[in-house]
Amino acid sequence: MAADMRLAAARKRAPGSLVSQDESKHLVAPGDVITTDTGFMRGHGTYTEDEKLMASVAGEVERVNKLICVRPLKTRFNGEVGDVVVGRITEVQQKRWKVETNSRLDSVLLLSSVNLPGGELRRRSSEDELAMRDYLQEGDLISAEVQSVFADGALSLHTRSLKYGKLGQGVLVQVSPSLVKRRKTHFHNLLCGASIILGNNGYVWIYPTPAQQDEEAGGFFTSTEPVPLCDREVISRLQNCILALSAHKVLLYDTSVLYCFESSLAHQIKDTLKPEVMEEIVMETRQRLVEQEG
Amino acid sequence: MATFSTAERKRRPHGDRKSSEMTLHLKQTFEAAILTQLYPRSQIDIYVQILQADGGNYSSCVNAATLAVVDAGIPLRDYVCACSAGFVEDTPLVDLSHVEESSGGTQLSLALLPKAEHLALVEMDARLHQDHLEGLMDAATRACKDLHAVLDRVVREHLQEVSTQLGE
Repeated sequence: MAADMRLAAARKRAPGSLVSQDESKHLVAPGDVITTDTGFMRGHGTYTEDEKLMASVAGEVERVNKLICVRPLKTRFNGEVGDVVVGRITEVQQKRWKVETNSRLDSVLLLSSVNLPGGELRRRSSEDELAMRDYLQEGDLISAEVQSVFADGALSLHTRSLKYGKLGQGVLVQVSPSLVKRRKTHFHNLLCGASIILGNNGYVWIYPTPAQQDEEAGGFFTSTEPVPLCDREVISRLQNCILALSAHKVLLYDTSVLYCFESSLAHQIKDTLKPEVMEEIVMETRQRLVEQEG
Repeated sequence: MATFSTAERKRRPHGDRKSSEMTLHLKQTFEAAILTQLYPRSQIDIYVQILQADGGNYSSCVNAATLAVVDAGIPLRDYVCACSAGFVEDTPLVDLSHVEESSGGTQLSLALLPKAEHLALVEMDARLHQDHLEGLMDAATRACKDLHAVLDRVVREHLQEVSTQLGE
């Protein structure tokens, strides 16, 4: 059987953008002087030296009134209150779980921040503490929301809603956090037949749309019924689309993922991993997105 | 250092004295440049592998690690550019190759933060007359500044490309 082999080579630079270049972006590198005006407050990505505001990361300067910060291109997830994240349990500690969310420090999921089975509202007892491992073990994936941020930057998560909780069968795709657009909702049931959770931390979870939408103890039990082949194909195609979009640095949100999926229907699923096919799909997606905006 | 990087195959690539010394130098250099107070209770690991060793091992490690740290979005005071310099038959040379290093002359390695001209690390082998030291350090500083121009250009091109792609 003939196999398709490829040798790694440097990626060709994009020939030119479809939209005209925006010259007003202020791009800086570490050590650049942003301004010598002392009236500004300094935000992330900057430091002061000799009354000069210098950049410490390579990225774009953002100015909001008197606050100047530099947003780097690629960074670990810096969570804010209200962000939806998808994380993996790394440790089970005395009254909390440690969750890995692609940020600088592991996030914390307190026992008091999860829903008890059956939806009871009571004080957590020592039996609940001992039963922690029955609910979430090391290696489980969860979807949660950021409740607060500790002083050192660690995030405190909560799953106190029926839509959050342990994730069952599906596929996880890891992209850079800066590619996930902040929207009102991050849970989407796509028309193509799968559902997707776009975590702000760059972890994207693709799963088959659950048959019944109402679950008594949200996210507590995970179904282990076998997923039909057509659903699996849709999920694989979506995964390849997301990988293509992230390779070409396109912002991820429900519309862009859906357009990319539709553009990729012309190719076989396994072809969508080839670089030239990826480029073609992403170009089509970009065009459609620009048409939709204009 | 990879086993195939030197002229003769290296039997033990890890744990020998030269590697440990280079590890320590790299650690000191980057502790001076990275704003570590923004990362409490955390550890930053930098892994460098030398594929072809033809002189200037420490300098190329520092330059590669600088680009990696800038790409990762870790806050730095400034780029760290490093270059080696030495005297070969009374002429100051920069960026020595392996043959020039092993000829027995003086060898100076300099790691510099180019904008403010802060020295992160200065290391010298063999003996050198005091009068020559300033000339040699000037030559190395100039070479580091040229290197900084190259690194800066590459970073800015990449920034421009990605921000255009993201902005669409």
